[in-house]
Amino acid sequence: MDALKGLAWLLLAQSAGELLARGLHLPLPGPVLGLLILLATLRWNAVRAPVGAAADVLLGHLSLLFVPVGVGVMTHVGLITQYGARMLVVIVLSTWIGMAVTALVLRSLLRARG
Amino acid sequence: MNSFVELWVYLSATPLFGLTATLVTYVLAQTVYEHLGHAPWANPVLWTVLTLAVLLTLSGTAYPTYFAGAQFIHFLLGPAVVALAWPLWQRRAELRARAGAVLAAALAGGAAAAGAAVGLGWALGLPAPVLRSLAPKSITAPVAMGIAEQLGGIPALAAAFAVVTGLVGAISAKYLFDALRISQPEVRGFALGTASHGIGAARAMQVHPDAGAYAGLALGVQVVLAALLMPFIARLF
Repeated sequence: MDALKGLAWLLLAQSAGELLARGLHLPLPGPVLGLLILLATLRWNAVRAPVGAAADVLLGHLSLLFVPVGVGVMTHVGLITQYGARMLVVIVLSTWIGMAVTALVLRSLLRARG
Repeated sequence: MNSFVELWVYLSATPLFGLTATLVTYVLAQTVYEHLGHAPWANPVLWTVLTLAVLLTLSGTAYPTYFAGAQFIHFLLGPAVVALAWPLWQRRAELRARAGAVLAAALAGGAAAAGAAVGLGWALGLPAPVLRSLAPKSITAPVAMGIAEQLGGIPALAAAFAVVTGLVGAISAKYLFDALRISQPEVRGFALGTASHGIGAARAMQVHPDAGAYAGLALGVQVVLAALLMPFIARLF
């Protein structure tokens, strides 16, 4: 029941985020505003316990949620046959660069602070 | 035989098919992944996507037909982004103490990933709409779609790039970090979440609890930073 209550809170926060984003023409996507709204309400116990239960379920199976979009890659056959190899090179190299930079910067900053 | 074809035509046209195929394939892939001791190459998203793509192609099922069922799973990406407030909240004390280092690393890594993607893509002669869809590739798919739309890219393509980026990170991170001699789980997790969003974070959560928490944190920070900064920076060009 807690997880279900938590899901209701998540959907409420997301709806509030979507309303804000559309109503005020903000550049942030609705779910991101929802995240910030929810973060502000987590100080209340009544919100925290159910949200924690729902978040653990959702984030515990996060990778499943990417499958439908992943299968959608097959709809870009035209682009893939034309640019596939180049796109893959770009994605692989830029991902490694991003991971390496993040890790090296964070490690040196944490070390500097001791 | 004929009745079997009729039955298949009926079944594959209902939302039940897409939803069942997605869940069953994923559960099987996840079981194999666990049996293989979480070997990076056995990534369950990769094998589920490949299996479903082959299945849809062989059966001649169109993607929209599949998506009619799969959308119920896809929809949960939105609430999952909202749910990232939870790992942020849980680690708030640690986060406050390390706010400077975490923000600097998130900014540097996010900028490096997006800059390298657009720069390399430009150097290799990819067309402008593809470049605009490449920029938000390190952000979790639903947010990447929104950002790509604002940048003038193709949302569906941006989502595809985000998924491939997530898979590349989840599969290769271990080897990259080992080569760079980065051993702290929180640094490895944070870097994986920054460059490879939800799929990377899912991998980190399976490997080490500290790595998982920092990956969730990185994912949340990156989503907020990118959504705030990317459209602004794109306007400068």
